[in-house]
Amino acid sequence: MADYHWPPADHRALIGKREKRIDGPVKSSGRAKYSYDINRPGMLWGKMATSPYAHAKITKIDTSAAEAMPGVKAVVIMVPEGQEVLWAGQEVVALAADSEERAEQAADAIQIDYEPLPYLVTDADPQHAGAQYSKQLEERVAGNPDQGFQQAEVISEGDYGLPVISHCCLESHGQVTEWNGDHLTVWSTTQNVSGIAGEFVQGLAQKGITVAANNVHVISQYMGGGFGSKFAADTWGIACAQLSKKAGRPVKMMLERDQEMTVAGCRPSLHAHVKIGAKRDGTLVAWESQSWGTGGVNSAGTPRIPYVIEVPNVRARHTAILTNIGPARAWRAPNHPQMALVSNSAMEDMAAKLNMDPLDFMLKNINLTGDRAKTYQEEFAKASELMDWKSKWHPRGRSGSGHMKRGLGLSLHTWGGRGNLSNSLVTIHPDGSVETSLGSQDLGTGTRTVIAIVTAETLGLPLDAVKVNIGDNRYPPAGASGGSTTVSGVSTSTRRAATNALNELLAKVAPALGASPDQLEAWGGKIRVTSNPAKSISWKQACAKMGASPITGTGRTSNDLMSSGVGGVQMSEVEVDTETGIVRMVKHVAVQDCGLVIDVRTAESQVYGACIMGVCYSLYEEKIMDQPTGRCLNPNMEFYRLASIGDIGEIVVHMMTGPGYDERGTIGLGEPPVISPGAAISNAVANAIGVRVPELPMTPDRVLAALGTLGKGGVA
Amino acid sequence: MPSNGDKPRAKGADDKKLPDLSRRSFIKGAGIASVAASAGALLADRALEAAPRPQIGGGVVGPGEAPVTLKINGQVRKLNLEPRVTLLDALRNHLDLTGAKKVCDRGTCGACTVHLDGRAVYSCTTLAIDAQGHDITTIEGIEPAEGLHPMSQAFWDYDAQQCGFCTPGFVMACTAYVEHEPNVTYEGLQKSLGGNICRCGTYRGIREAVLQAAKTMKMKGGRA
Repeated sequence: MADYHWPPADHRALIGKREKRIDGPVKSSGRAKYSYDINRPGMLWGKMATSPYAHAKITKIDTSAAEAMPGVKAVVIMVPEGQEVLWAGQEVVALAADSEERAEQAADAIQIDYEPLPYLVTDADPQHAGAQYSKQLEERVAGNPDQGFQQAEVISEGDYGLPVISHCCLESHGQVTEWNGDHLTVWSTTQNVSGIAGEFVQGLAQKGITVAANNVHVISQYMGGGFGSKFAADTWGIACAQLSKKAGRPVKMMLERDQEMTVAGCRPSLHAHVKIGAKRDGTLVAWESQSWGTGGVNSAGTPRIPYVIEVPNVRARHTAILTNIGPARAWRAPNHPQMALVSNSAMEDMAAKLNMDPLDFMLKNINLTGDRAKTYQEEFAKASELMDWKSKWHPRGRSGSGHMKRGLGLSLHTWGGRGNLSNSLVTIHPDGSVETSLGSQDLGTGTRTVIAIVTAETLGLPLDAVKVNIGDNRYPPAGASGGSTTVSGVSTSTRRAATNALNELLAKVAPALGASPDQLEAWGGKIRVTSNPAKSISWKQACAKMGASPITGTGRTSNDLMSSGVGGVQMSEVEVDTETGIVRMVKHVAVQDCGLVIDVRTAESQVYGACIMGVCYSLYEEKIMDQPTGRCLNPNMEFYRLASIGDIGEIVVHMMTGPGYDERGTIGLGEPPVISPGAAISNAVANAIGVRVPELPMTPDRVLAALGTLGKGGVA
Repeated sequence: MPSNGDKPRAKGADDKKLPDLSRRSFIKGAGIASVAASAGALLADRALEAAPRPQIGGGVVGPGEAPVTLKINGQVRKLNLEPRVTLLDALRNHLDLTGAKKVCDRGTCGACTVHLDGRAVYSCTTLAIDAQGHDITTIEGIEPAEGLHPMSQAFWDYDAQQCGFCTPGFVMACTAYVEHEPNVTYEGLQKSLGGNICRCGTYRGIREAVLQAAKTMKMKGGRA
């Protein structure tokens, strides 16, 4: 009998190799149909009228002019008269018309009267936010901070922060909905195929529409980016289903780009004043911070700083600023990039004050990272080699006399990444074909490919012998794809399902090979006797022995095949033009562990992508909120900037694999590598120009402003 | 923004005194925006100037539907479209050609890139009626019935895609770049392909894919 455990390195045909993603051809040829691409017969287009006010009471809604316009088929009130809207861009009325242009024009014709109310949309000044807009969260104390600072021989203080940014998924949020009698089909761009049917049931019940969960069919074959923002059915999902019901026709309603940027993506901000104390030899002894940030009208939780490095004496106080902006959504590694920026920048400033190489400073304090100290040491050694850190590094600000300054910076991070609860179904057909089905989804991370690899490896088949069915809630339920939980969820459940199916097949084949099932294995397209590989039959012949009925195997996420907790380090090299303030990426090194890597190629792509996203939020991204109007000033892609292909420099990725890593089993990877770029790049800029640029993104104006403080009290 | 379409359209707008000229409809009327306007090799202007301006219904059309004839992927397609319909919406909403994606909808991100007479253009800021008389090629038109276009193949080989939503636009922009650039280099491609945006961060793979596809396409000679 085959057992569940991952095969050892010398007995793997596919796992840990560099397989190409199995949905590559359908995507790169433009044939993949995303939810936005679904066109149904008789389909209408939905558009919404949204609030221009950051906070207001709706006094009157008049849809009559819109309803009288040609082609308008249904109107749904999303926020009724008398209720308040809490951010600009909040959806108030939805309608559906027979062309996209007509729907857009009709949405503009909806008359909504508002009574404007007081609001706050920026978190720049917590002192002036006042009690109404701030919420003091619990103060965290560890050790004895007062005593810690008394022991300190050197004190470093600084300000650090990063603004609210938007997810900016290229496929905007939205869906196509279609009713057939009491059956609802939803083509949704979602990270949660198995989970959102229930939200449609509840959301529609509140609108007086009854539908049973077993009649809600959710489909998301391909989805154009989520990054944590696409877990819910959302108000527009419910409204779309209402419009379909009313009009008796399918409706497609996807957010416009400005809506996407304003309401459907928000990573909370974090700003902090930090004071840290150390001994002259670099030993950290005390940390004190006052921090604040906003995630919209609700608190986005308390960041835990210092980050990863557990300074023995800590006092950390955090205030949530409650603002009238589109509400927070989980953004790839929620809160971690913010915590890493504040913490690792403060550490680097201390190293500069001590005239220490920050790499030596980190290694000096590495035991404060706890259980993963050895991993971080190994990763720093590898990163240092890939960056050529020791020969390139220079003390802060000493990068020559010209106006082009080069500098190096580093950071470290952690993440959990334990698998979500997923169910997998592997079917072996009598003709030898195989399919694996899960109600999971592929966000572009390579989920389909990983499922195919695990199935094929377990059954001893080539990768293209396996058909993978995901993106549909009619397959066995699988967890939402968030928090780097998918790879372990789908890999461990599929390993068990495929093993169970295989064992049933081995039992049927054993007599023909004159062996017992536990003496057999599947390898190289054959079922063979483990001790005598020459004694074998082909996969096809084996499957022919199963009779008319397919064999199925089921499996659930399994703790003995996975674990959680990774470390990772990154190093960055930048060049700063001190005349223009422009920061250019030269090189970025990411060294990352995630236990057993199923597919090295797509794993590396995750890390490359995370580093590039990191360049975006370090140098370009900011959701600019305007207090006088209460609106976002850059809800588009020309003034909300992302990096383009010439902005990223050289990127080097190294995955920690092999002994010491593989035996941990699978661990998620999507989040961790996006955590460190902010701190590594900010530290590199400080090292280059001799002064800290306190706030991300490090746009030219901010760099020049920081240069202006040199010698006038800027953290040098 | 480069445009040679201003004159006839401005005249039409004056004659008709179209009401309700929103910012959005203004942008949509502002003419054909070239992908990567900084890259001279890709400018669509010359191609458009060379082509005779089509006569539509005696000069003035709209705001209602008017017959529009588009030559897409070698096929003549006859549609009835309001003049405000963009080429992108005509492709996606009226012809179910969904390879080109709607993302920024205002000529910034390149997800909607198609070829007009072999040059890369943003179809979200090109009106369908203005695309008449030109050869329109979408990603559906470059892919062979079996296998993949060398650029798509290279995107697969170098894992130059994650969610894949920007990919068709990138493939079209990269294809036009390679077809018009006699000397594809690592430095050159980073300047010329700045008109397309990826959110997942696949640029490293794209750089490799373009270099590889340039070799394959040159070996095959001219348009693949």
